[in-house]
Amino acid sequence: MFEIFGIPSGALFGQLLIGLINGSFYALLSLGLAVIFGMLNIINFSHGAQYMLGAFVAYLILQYSGIGYWPALIIAPLVVGLLGVIIERVFLQWLYKLDHLYGLLLTFGLALIIEGIVRNKFGSAGLPYTMPESLRGGQNLGFMFLPNYRAWVIVASLAICISTWFVIERTRLGAYLRAATENPTLVRAFGINVPVMITLTYGFGVALAAFAGVMAAPIYNVSPQMGSELIIVVFAVVVIGGMGSILGAIVTGFGLGVVEGLTKVFFPEASNTVIFVIMAIVLLVRPAGLFGRRA
Amino acid sequence: MLDVTTPLLAVKDLQAWYGESHILHGVDFDVREGEVVTLLGRNGAGKTTTMKSIMGIVTQRTGSVRFEGQELIGKMSNQIARAGIALCPEERGIFASLSVEENLLLPPVIRPGGLSLEKIFELFPNLKERLGSSQGTKLSGGEQQMLAIGRILRTGARLLLLDEPTEGLAPVIIQQIGKTIRSLKQQGFTILLVEQNFRFASTVADRYYVMEHGRIIDQFSNAELDANVEKLHEYLGV
Repeated sequence: MFEIFGIPSGALFGQLLIGLINGSFYALLSLGLAVIFGMLNIINFSHGAQYMLGAFVAYLILQYSGIGYWPALIIAPLVVGLLGVIIERVFLQWLYKLDHLYGLLLTFGLALIIEGIVRNKFGSAGLPYTMPESLRGGQNLGFMFLPNYRAWVIVASLAICISTWFVIERTRLGAYLRAATENPTLVRAFGINVPVMITLTYGFGVALAAFAGVMAAPIYNVSPQMGSELIIVVFAVVVIGGMGSILGAIVTGFGLGVVEGLTKVFFPEASNTVIFVIMAIVLLVRPAGLFGRRA
Repeated sequence: MLDVTTPLLAVKDLQAWYGESHILHGVDFDVREGEVVTLLGRNGAGKTTTMKSIMGIVTQRTGSVRFEGQELIGKMSNQIARAGIALCPEERGIFASLSVEENLLLPPVIRPGGLSLEKIFELFPNLKERLGSSQGTKLSGGEQQMLAIGRILRTGARLLLLDEPTEGLAPVIIQQIGKTIRSLKQQGFTILLVEQNFRFASTVADRYYVMEHGRIIDQFSNAELDANVEKLHEYLGV
């Protein structure tokens, strides 16, 4: 161990690691929000509740069917994504032509309902979720101790974020999505079934939240309010990155996680507010966000 | 084989609404295979609405639109596109978030028989040079128009709806577009053209329909054009 600016390297890198972990969740969640906002023009306030549902699905299938972490990483996003598809078909599709406020209020209401139902059923105390056997333990890197599970979360989150970015920015499917964001009527007149594409996009964004929820389950407890605690920060991340910007969501998600972690080392009193201070400054200087394309 | 006496596109008593306003009041015309047919008329006569109603973009519509004998009136625009009709809209519809190449490759191929990329570049050599351009909307107006036409040639659609392809373009570009339309006709495409510029239309079209207040009020063939010039001036107010 050595010291940097009078701070032991273990403590500094430890906080940096926590920052990266938080950043992984910020990035995954704000990515889903950006994808949904870009395509549906809906500010998905139920994103936190859907993240929480992902964790609960993982918890429930472990409790009742003995299905473990790895299958849950696929099953929970599918289940919650399907719920998203139903929500889009039943509620959201009627709101696209209205002001953003309606979508925000509807999804906020849905979040309260989902959270209320889960709290009523499982109580508000956190439920433990065991870490998968294969990811227990850690590596001593000399300057710090790196738990395996946390390294996995960072790598998995980065991989998902980069693949999503790649699909949207570099493939034909992504070109359809980007074009439909700009002019859905014309894309449809080229023979592409835009309504189905919109439904699946919402399902995908929601599935990303559920995936993050499963990854969070072994680190934090599984609890009904785990999403609402996180979602406010995630919205700040989205505002800083720029609403609807894919790359912005990823870069600012990880970046702000690290900034938050470092603030904990150098000025702990500000660590809970630093993201909101940055948000206020960005809104004053660049209202469209750091990577935003539209105001 | 298709019966040559049946028109490729037959529009009968087409009515269309934008919300409360009744725009088309019973439009009747047809387009036969291999023809270039032009809809002429002043601003607001209903030409673009006719195009959009055929394409299913205007959804509040009644009457009949038959393409290759298939009724399209109740279909969604994505189904109509897959039946074999492609639209080049008046505002061109080039996507800013897509590169030139992505714009060109965007409309999916719906059936075999579309032009290859090489053929499209033969028609529009400028497009090939600008292919690497990062943003479709950074092209000049003329290049954007070529891109808007070029991208629907790949898809295999047999009927092309071109909505004012010469609007706002320099004479030399208009000539190039005229040449392109004649070449497409030779290659077997059927084209329905909306134009205000009937001098341009007269260089490419086989037949004309004149629209006013959401109806077809007159029609004549290219051979009858000279005899109808006076009337046309009156219709178009030029």
